[in-house]
Parts: sequence; C-alpha cells; structure tokens
Amino acid sequence: MAYRRTPLFYLNVLVVGTCGLIYELLAGTLASYVLGDSVTQFSLIIGLYLSAMGVGAWLSGYLSKNLVRRFLDIELGVGLVGGLSAPLLFMSFAYLGWFKVVLYGVVFLIGVLVGLELPLLMRILREELDFKNLVSRVLTFDYLGALLASLLFPIFLVPTLGLMRTSLLFGMLNAGVALWGSFIFSDLITGGIVFLRSRAIVVLVILTAGMINAKSLTSFAEEGMFDDAIVYAKTSRYQRIVVTRSGMGFKLFLNGNLQFSSSDEYRYHEALVHPAMSTAANPKRILVLGGGDGLAVREILRYPSVEEVLLVDLDPEMTKLGKSLPSLVALNKSSLRDARTKVVNADAMTWLASYEGPLFDVAIVDFPDPNNFSLGKLYTRRLYRLLASRLEPEAPIAVQSTSPLYARISYWCIVETIKASGFQVSPYQATVPSFGVWGYVLARRGPDPIGPPEKLPEGLRYLNTDSLGAMFKFPVDMGPVPTEINRLNDQRLVRYYEEEWRRWQ
Amino acid sequence: MNELARRDLLRAFLGAPALWAASCAGRKGQRNVSQMDGGLVLRRERLGHRMRDVSSLPKPSTWSECQVAVVGGGVAGLSAMRELERLGIGNTLLLELDEHVGGTSQGGALPASVHPWGAHYVTVPLAANQPLIALLGEVGAVEEILPSGDPVMAEQHLVADPSERVFYRGRWYEGLFPVAGASADERAQKERFESEIDRWVEFRDAEGKPAFALPMSLGSRDPRVQALDTLSMSQWMLANGYTSPRLRWWVEYACRDDYGTTLADTSAWSVFFYFASRKRAAGASYQEVVTWPEGNSHLVDHLRRGVATRTGHAVVSVETGPDGVSIVALDASGTGEPKVVGVRARYVVMATPQFINARVVRGLSEERLDAARSFEQSPWMVANMQVRERPGGAGFPLCWDNVLFDSPSLGYVVATHQKGPHRGPTVLTYYYPLVDSDARVARKRLLELGWEEWAEVALSDLERAHPGLRNYVERIDVARWGHGMVRSTPGRIWDGRRELAARPHGRVHFAHSDLSGVALFEEAFDRGNRAAAEVARRIATEANDP
Repeated sequence: MAYRRTPLFYLNVLVVGTCGLIYELLAGTLASYVLGDSVTQFSLIIGLYLSAMGVGAWLSGYLSKNLVRRFLDIELGVGLVGGLSAPLLFMSFAYLGWFKVVLYGVVFLIGVLVGLELPLLMRILREELDFKNLVSRVLTFDYLGALLASLLFPIFLVPTLGLMRTSLLFGMLNAGVALWGSFIFSDLITGGIVFLRSRAIVVLVILTAGMINAKSLTSFAEEGMFDDAIVYAKTSRYQRIVVTRSGMGFKLFLNGNLQFSSSDEYRYHEALVHPAMSTAANPKRILVLGGGDGLAVREILRYPSVEEVLLVDLDPEMTKLGKSLPSLVALNKSSLRDARTKVVNADAMTWLASYEGPLFDVAIVDFPDPNNFSLGKLYTRRLYRLLASRLEPEAPIAVQSTSPLYARISYWCIVETIKASGFQVSPYQATVPSFGVWGYVLARRGPDPIGPPEKLPEGLRYLNTDSLGAMFKFPVDMGPVPTEINRLNDQRLVRYYEEEWRRWQ
Repeated sequence: MNELARRDLLRAFLGAPALWAASCAGRKGQRNVSQMDGGLVLRRERLGHRMRDVSSLPKPSTWSECQVAVVGGGVAGLSAMRELERLGIGNTLLLELDEHVGGTSQGGALPASVHPWGAHYVTVPLAANQPLIALLGEVGAVEEILPSGDPVMAEQHLVADPSERVFYRGRWYEGLFPVAGASADERAQKERFESEIDRWVEFRDAEGKPAFALPMSLGSRDPRVQALDTLSMSQWMLANGYTSPRLRWWVEYACRDDYGTTLADTSAWSVFFYFASRKRAAGASYQEVVTWPEGNSHLVDHLRRGVATRTGHAVVSVETGPDGVSIVALDASGTGEPKVVGVRARYVVMATPQFINARVVRGLSEERLDAARSFEQSPWMVANMQVRERPGGAGFPLCWDNVLFDSPSLGYVVATHQKGPHRGPTVLTYYYPLVDSDARVARKRLLELGWEEWAEVALSDLERAHPGLRNYVERIDVARWGHGMVRSTPGRIWDGRRELAARPHGRVHFAHSDLSGVALFEEAFDRGNRAAAEVARRIATEANDP
C-alpha cells in the first residue's frame, strides 16, 4: 500500500510547489502592472510571501490531530484563495481603490496556507518513509515544481491564458488535487469524508464559474488586441473602456482607440490646454467638453484665477474612473475631486442647447476622434455655434482635431467648420509620440485670430514660449487643403476621417 | 395566435421572403405579441361612420353663429384658420371630428420619445414658396432668407446625417437605391432616369413656369407636362426602356411612400412631380428635408395655437344659402349621448377629404358629386414601438429612415434621430401602406386585422433585418388610417374632376390636400391659405358693397 502511493505523494508535492510559485508570480506581475515599479513590487511580494510561509510553517506546529483532513482543507483553501486571487485583485483595482491592502492581504494569506502545507505533508509521510528520504524527495519535488512554474508562467500561461485564467486554472488544480487526495488518503482520514469531498466540489464549482465569467471581464481576443496587459476593462452604456499597463506606464482605450498613454500625455494635454488658457486674461469659469479622464482639468487647475471648471462628459463610468482609479487619480492629480471641479454626465450637444447658466471664459473641447456619426456630430457647425453662445464674447477655445498628418483633410475640415461657425481660427500642432503629429485649433470670436501666447505657467514639462511659435506653423505635407464644412445634416468629416485613416490600417 | 394562423397572416401581409425568414428565425424563447403592452389608437371610425346614417337625426337643439367656419382640423383646416387670422377675419370656428386636431400629421408620446403617427417631414421650400418659408421661420427652422428668397435652414432642424439606409440581402447600405451588385446596365438606367428628371427640372413653359413646383399650383399647365398624367408610371417606364428591377423598386418605393400606390396605379406626372419639384436646378441634389421627433405635429402644435376649436364634432350636413351656411353636427365631445348642434356661418371652408364632402355638402350637382366620389384614398397602418435599445445590423449604421428592400412596408423612422445620444431607448415608427389596386379591398384588409395581428406583421417584417427585435420592444401601438392619403392614379391630376371639386359651391369653399392630388403638407398648407384668402376677399367685397 505505502509503496504504491508514494509516487502519488511526490506528484502532490510537485503540484503544491508549482501552484505556490504561480500565485506568487501572479501577485508580483499584477502588482507591477497596476502599481508600476516592478523591482519594488516583486521584491515586496516575494519577501512577504516567504515570510508568510514562515508564519504558516510555525503555525503548523499547533496542529496535531487529524493531519490528513487538515492538509486537504488547507489545500482547498489555497485553491480557493489562490484561484480567485487575480480576479479579486482586478476587481479591487477597478472598484475599491485600496488595492494595496487587498494585494498584500491576499499574498500573506496564500503564503500562510502554502507554508502550512509542506510541514503537514512531511508529517503525514513520516509514517511511510524514513526521514532522510522524506526530506530529500519532498524538497526536490517542491523545488522542481517551482522550476516548472517559473518556466510555464512567462512562456505559456501569461501569453495564452492571461492572468485571470491562469489564476483560476491553478486554483482548480489545487482543489482537484485535494479531491484526489481524499481518495488516496482515505484510510488516514478519520470522520466523515463525504463532507470533505463536497467542499472540494463546491470550490471547484466556484472556480469554474469564475472561469466562465472571466470571459465577460476580458476576452482572449481583447487581451490579444492590446500590446500590454489589461488591468481594467468595463463596457459602459456608451463604450468599452480598457486600461492597460506596461513598464512605460498605462494607457486608456475607448472602443479600442488609444486616448492617452501616461508616458507622454503631458505633451498632449499641455498643448491642448495652455495656448487657450494663457490667452485668456483672467480665466475664472472654464468649460471642458469630453476629457472625462481629468487630465485636461489638471492643466487648467494650474491657473490660480480659475474658480470653476465644469466638465461635461457623456459617460459616468469614464468620469468615475477619473475620480477613483488610483493610478489615474495619481496622474490627474485628483483634478476631478478638486472642489473647483464640477462633473456633469450628459451629451455635450444636448447639454449646450439647454445650458442657461453664466457664460464661460475658456472652453477646452476634447472629444474622441470623429470615427462615427455620433462622435462626428460633436464636430459640427451646430455644436460650435451652440458653444459660441455659451462663451464670453472673446473667450478662447481649444479643440482637439485629430492628426493633420494622418488625416489632413479631416483636420482642415474641423478648422473650416470652426471658422464657418463665427470663430477666428489659429490652427496648431504638437508631437505626441503615442499618437504621432497631433492637431488642435485655437479660436475665438472677435476681430483677430489668437497668436501664440507670450506667457505660460511655471512647471510645464513640454511647452515653452521659445518653441510655441513653431507649433502654429505647418510643414508642406500638413498644410491647409480646401474642404467642405461638417454639418449635422451632412457629416462630411466622418466620411473624410474614415477614408483617411483606412489608408493607415 | 397559433403558428398556423401566424404563417397565414405573414404570407398574406409580408409575402414569401418574410415568411421564409420568420420560419428560419425560429420562435424559441421569443416573446409573443400578446404579452406586450400596446393597443389600437386614434380609433375614429365609430364616430365617423355615424355620419353615414343622418336621415334619422333630429333637428339641432342649439345654434351658434360665426363669421367663418372651417370644417376639418387637419393641416389644411388649421392653415386656413391661421391665414384668416392673419388677414384680420375674426369670429372663426374650427370643427373637428377627432378628439385632437392635426389629421394625419398628428403625433403621440411614449416615455422614450414623442413620435409621429403619420406625416413626419417637410421638404426645404424653394424661394417660390414664401408662405411656407415664413411658417418654418415661425418655428425657428429658418436662420435667414437670402436675397434670392431661398431660406438658410437651421442645421439642427434638417434631417441629421446619416439620413437613410436600405437593407438589401442581409446588409444595410447607405442611401435608398441598392447599389450593391447592380450591373453596369442598371446603373446606366438609373443615371438615364436622373437625367430625365433633370430635363423636367430645367423645363419652363411659355409663361416661364417650371413643369413641377411645390405647391403644385405654381407649376405649369403645359400640355407636354399634363400628358404625363395619362400614363401610369409602369407604362411610362416600360415605354422608355426602364427595366432595371432596382430602379423600378426605387421608383415604386417613392410611389408607395408618397401616394400609397404601386407603379401601375400611380400617374407618371405624380412621380416626376415627386422628384423634380424637390430640385433647385438640374444637377443639383434633392432639397433636404426638415423634421422633428414628433414629425409634422410639431407644425400642427404651432398652427393650432389660439385657434377656436370644437373637437369631437362630426359634421353631417352643410347647406349653403343666400346669406350664409347652415352646418349640422353631432357633438360627441361630452361624456353622454352625442348631441345634435347647429352652426350658422357666413362662409364655410371644407377642409375635409372629398368623399366626406360628397356625403355632407348639400346641393352639389351630379357632376360635382361624381368628381368628389372619384377621389380614392390609400389606407395605412402605422405602428409606434418603444424599444429598449437601438437596432443596429451589419453594414451602414442606424439612420433616420430605415428601409427594407422587398418589403411591402416602408420600413421605419427613428424618433430620436435628431437628438443625442445615439444609445438607449427610442421609438420606431413603422409605416405600412396598403397598395391593393382596389382601395376598398385595401381598406377591408386594413380593418380585418386587429392590434395583435398588425403588431405581429410589423415585428416579423423588421425581424428580417433585426432578429430578436421583439425582445427589445416595450410597447407597440397601432393606428389604422382607413383614408390615409389621396391616391395619385393616372388622370387624377389633369382629367378635370380635381379642379371641378376645388371650385367654390355657393358660400362653401374647399381646401384639402387631395384637391392637389398629392397628400403633402405643402399642398394642405397652400390649399388652406388660398381658401382663406378667397373667403377674406369675398367678405371684404361684401363689406364694400353691402
């Protein structure tokens, strides 16, 4: 009997070893995705995990009766907590905010449980093997398991299954081994075995359900679509919001289109906000259309004269993210939580048509590119005219206007449309590595177009007055082209845009 | 409804393609219409049909007096009332059969949106139609009027882009002409047809009038133009070598949409009128259209402001005399039994369809009665359905007007198209004209089906393009228009009977879009305005020469 089941013990040890390291790697990877700084994160996670294993080993001394049953229960516990660890961390990142507490708590708990496993297993096997062999075999298979995990994880598991499914799969493996153990060790288990097995089945069912639901959180296809790991994904009423993370920082995508990369968004947002803001003499009331990430608002709040920023963004999920996603809150410097900022979730066109409050001193228009008719509507003469009626007579506006290089006709169509809506226009462009050359329109009603501002706020990372002038000059291949204007009843822009971007895909 | 009854229903009202699709889609897990909210609305047939049996009516118990009474509160009647007021004629009264004014331009409201029950757009008027430009200006749709007289429309009132798409062989395409897979010959025929239209756009008669204009009273009476009215459109197309099925479908769609008739039952004049009156110049694009979520009831709401109206009044007799006109009506506006009431007016404008005039206007000559009875009306079914989410579909995205190729319906219009955001609940207005050659047969078919059957027809039709649509439907209401719009059959326009029916009869004047032979807002408005002006002129003459 003893002879026959010894190899099965070793297999068990191998699985325990593999799973243990997998959970550790999962936590480390997730932490570095979400919190950045992978050296610190891996170091912290490994240290915490190993010390928790020590705590587990120490606690094992207090267990003396019914060791097999205890061992199997612990194994089930590891399966449940470890298996759910990645989904749990994803969700807490997205919804809770205190990600670190959950992260270190989960790592510690798994560490303690894994730490309990080996001492208990060795004590169980003590009856069947002599001490010398026991120690040598158990540790060998434990370390082999670790090797297996460290190879499988980067080469196979993350690329094909992704973090969520890897976590759930290994949880299932743990729980399966526990269930199997209840058969091999049946002679050593005292008391009811049926209850133990049904617990194992419950854990397996929970993890399987998680596996099925993992599809709705992120899909295989989606994970393959982005270069970096997805750390947040949600389908709101209006769009699919995805945040990815890599060594370079994180990126936000709406419906698969990049909105910003944390590595160079400062270029985009400084260029969007400061020419208009620095033109206004004493800007107090600022209107932001779109821009639910709060990054434009961060730049606006640099001006001490600002008393109120009203941000109108369609999607409450987006502005909620801007207020609560920890890494985004760090990036936008809590701009959406600032007392001066007011967020309204509404369709910008409808909102503008019904707005009756005081006029604005500056408006920043930051909508996604006009790649469909509902977005194209936000670039029509009607919208700019409505906007004009909500502004002080000479209030400057800045409009993000897609790339004058990749979509030259679209860019100049936006310029022409703003012009046709009664504004004097000053087109300008900036280089944002994630996007390429990007275009904006600075405009105001009144006698003259706005020139490059002569003063900028302190502490900018991209703009300075020396280089600002050049941004208002266009090289030959981005220069003006004649276009129709974009109207609600004839959305030329959407057609130009589709045609132009199609060439680059 | 059991499956067999449903199949018979769909075969009779949607034809083979829809039946096939409906069988393929399967019914498993699909909601039954009987589980949905909704019902028949605008049920006016009961009161209307009372007018038929007036011999047994007692004498009116009360008589009231006014200067001008307008009978019929559709767009023609409301326009007449507005024009009378503009011309300084006071003491006027509008009598309407229905509970609400507006006729086929009525609208309704569901929680997700207001919506039309019938007419739902007006073509942007050309410079010649200044009265309509002024009306559109009053509702804020005109920003300025150019020196040429052409209006500059406010872009938010023009139908928003994307405006129309057609579902053809499993996919949506932009526009109404299904270009996908069209042969070179079919495309050439379409181009040739467009240049034929342009030829008519350029045409000017000896007086310098265009062949076709809106309103039609501004167009030419040249025999070369009138000759088109002697042919049906299908005869004309055959005679001129237009055989392309796509082109024929496209032109027939226009016939069904504007006149409720097939190519074979539509006057060729009316088809060229439809296309050519909407172009400023040869080669120009068709004039854009103005629309609102509630359709033309937006204009009705404007027109009816301040108008003295008695609704629920079924006029049963109008008798002209030397000094005035006596009107007898059944007043069903109260809760009890209808009362017989009388109105004495110096002049009356009958803004009612001709088949009503033939029944209620006393003393018409046999010839005039014949003329009035010659007007045929197409019945229509209109369904308004509130859906939880917008329907999408492969290909071109959701538009204002969404048309299914090869369907007897005209497809559907999205009520919230002019507003944002383009997500969430909305109301779809589905139009189904009954085009049977014999209008009485068509009417019988319309009234044969109740709410459940019509809802089933509408949903099964749309489910060819939007599988599972019924699971998104929160409510579906159905209106049956027994006399939806005048049929523009060959001869209708220029055989003389139309003009005879429009002539004043004693102190009774006539104003209704059917007198133009085409059921358009522009025509009803023009007829109402002109009848009001004639009456005002006669009142002024009487005052000067008592």
